Amino acid sequence: MRIALFITCFNDTMFPSTGRAVTALLERLGHTVEFPQGQTCCGQMHFNTGYRPETLPMVRRFAEVFAGYDAVVAPSGSCAGMVRDHHRVVAAQYGDTALTEAVDQVAPTVYELSELLVDVLGVTDVGAYFPHRVTYHPTCHSLRMLRVGDRPLRLLRAVRGIDLVELPAADSCCGFGGTFALKNHEVSHAMLADKMRHVQSTGAEFLCAGDNSCLTHIGGGLSRLRTGIGTLHLAEILAATEGDAR
Amino acid sequence: MSGADNVVWLGTPAFPEAARAALADTRLRANLRRATTTIRDKRLAATAELDDWEELRERAAAVKRRTLRHLDHHLLRLEEAVTAAGGTVHWAADAAEANRIVTHLVKATGEREVVKVKSMATQEIGLNEALADAGIRAYETDLAELIVQLGGDRPSHILVPAIHRGRSEIREIFLREMGEWGRPAPEGLGDDPRDLAEAARLHLREKFLRCKVAVSGANFAAADTGTVVVVESEGNGRMCLTLPDTLITVMGIEKVLPSFADLDVFLQLLPRSSTGERMNPYTSLWTGVTEGDGPRHFHLVLLDNGRTATLADEVGRQALSCIRCSACLNVCPVYERTGGHAYGSVYPGPIGAVLTPQLVGVENAASLPFASTLCGACYDACPVKINIPEVLVHLRAEAVEAKRRSRLLPTAEALAMKAAGWVMSSPKRLAAAHRLAALGARLVARDGLIGSLPGPLARWTGTRDTPAPAQESLRAWWRRTKAVNETQGRTTAEEEGRR
Repeated sequence: MRIALFITCFNDTMFPSTGRAVTALLERLGHTVEFPQGQTCCGQMHFNTGYRPETLPMVRRFAEVFAGYDAVVAPSGSCAGMVRDHHRVVAAQYGDTALTEAVDQVAPTVYELSELLVDVLGVTDVGAYFPHRVTYHPTCHSLRMLRVGDRPLRLLRAVRGIDLVELPAADSCCGFGGTFALKNHEVSHAMLADKMRHVQSTGAEFLCAGDNSCLTHIGGGLSRLRTGIGTLHLAEILAATEGDAR
Repeated sequence: MSGADNVVWLGTPAFPEAARAALADTRLRANLRRATTTIRDKRLAATAELDDWEELRERAAAVKRRTLRHLDHHLLRLEEAVTAAGGTVHWAADAAEANRIVTHLVKATGEREVVKVKSMATQEIGLNEALADAGIRAYETDLAELIVQLGGDRPSHILVPAIHRGRSEIREIFLREMGEWGRPAPEGLGDDPRDLAEAARLHLREKFLRCKVAVSGANFAAADTGTVVVVESEGNGRMCLTLPDTLITVMGIEKVLPSFADLDVFLQLLPRSSTGERMNPYTSLWTGVTEGDGPRHFHLVLLDNGRTATLADEVGRQALSCIRCSACLNVCPVYERTGGHAYGSVYPGPIGAVLTPQLVGVENAASLPFASTLCGACYDACPVKINIPEVLVHLRAEAVEAKRRSRLLPTAEALAMKAAGWVMSSPKRLAAAHRLAALGARLVARDGLIGSLPGPLARWTGTRDTPAPAQESLRAWWRRTKAVNETQGRTTAEEEGRR
């Protein structure tokens, strides 16, 4: 199976460790991962902030760069959702039928990591070992846009050594919301405060999620308060094995 | 032109500023948290009982979308049926016209006061204020609307307009204001909910028995029979709908249903979604006038006020399917923390953020489409499946376009977006931007963490530490370790295929 990694611009710059973890995990499962060097960004920030004309070139680039793979994996629920749900809207808005067709070809091949593992590759036990207390925050777009359901939790439950604890009010938004965190920063902070309170109540060492953007927001608050609670992308826990020291 | 009305409250600051004041109000926060949590849990329990809930939502959405496609047809059918049943139908293009019609109708009866059933349409057009200008007193009879009216306040929720008030505040308002409007509150009134309800009951009773004219809204109107429907919990609406001689109903044109039989779906969905009840305590239905039973004169005012303009928008028109259940408000994490007043509109919360800008023009409520994290909880809760996040991002694009048109761009944001778009249109530029960011981060970061950033980014770093960008991007790592033969912009697979 030809699997392309869409790392997303944010992870490329801020969290390359997540990309290395996805690669290590999939290679451990016997697959070959390719990294199309022409990739940039899905355009979500521009689209969600109202900058449609600026989104169009990114939609076009994505459809070109990721055409022809059996599967494209993105370690981000919101970026995968952007491609699957919104690229077509942008292409259609500008009346570009060739692009609309290209999007219709590529969009269904794009998967968020837990979808790829459970639905496409058919695994829930990926052979990971992570002897820590962890709580999981299901990010809004993976939950309500992609409908990943309990796939990430099934993957985490199969990790050996893990002490997985339930996060209270888990399905409440953390308050990130992309440019919302800047435009409405005070409401964003108020939501973050409640999310942090719930995370702290679990006694977890690590907060895990499938989106580093939400984790940067929550983790940034946890760090500022010196809670000592770390954040980890799902991929990094699933990639961990006995040999790793954390 | 939508008319000067209450769709947006003049003088309210943009959402972020209005929200700041609300967030700092500890009593408001506590009232909202308690109320939204309770009603949210009740709704979940009430909807989980029905195996066919999703099917009901589908059916309701289909009926609403279909009706909106042929709205003119159904409205004419409704007019015909209401007229045949002895009612009179009036058409109002905007708030000012609707207010003129209602004022004229009340004056024609010779009365100087009216009782009111809780109604969003009359809140929207500012009817009470228009009647007051004409020397007519309008008495709100819904308990929560009464609290808002006595408090000289504005509604902050579609269903529970006094949700921002706690019971001790309500007691204070009753003691202070009831005497100004009629029967004073009993002496020594406590803040027990039963005592407060009894005080309201005594205060309102004399108005029900005295007033000859009532004004209501409508939840639904069936075009085939001309039947108008109001659902409520207290029975105060029923008093207004049955005791007076004259009943004037102001109804948004989108409330029409093709057939009486369609109520089957909506009367299941509405109470479970709004109050979390299987059935609302009072459902009043009337068809024109009936000799010897109820009002002898019935007027139906059909209100446009920006609705046909909304109907012209292919994405935005779905907001007109709204049945005002307010489930989206109760599940919204933003609404839960700011309350309704911050939205500066009679329609707050997620549905307000998509409805208000469409009714008044997006340039007049430009901050509302951005008052959401796009978390999607509202879409999941909506009984008529309005894709609120979809309409929000659609209206965000309209808000940016409106700024472009009126040459309010480029703003700092627009320049940043343009720059980011330029960077993202090329992997080379993205890689260069990363190197620059990583270099810059070395200057400001301590132990790999950025504590504060200047300008608008301080809004981010004010409460959050931020990791410095990685020294080596994934792109660079891949090229160094995995893709020796790769060239810029080509996929590994293409290379391998050629080899």
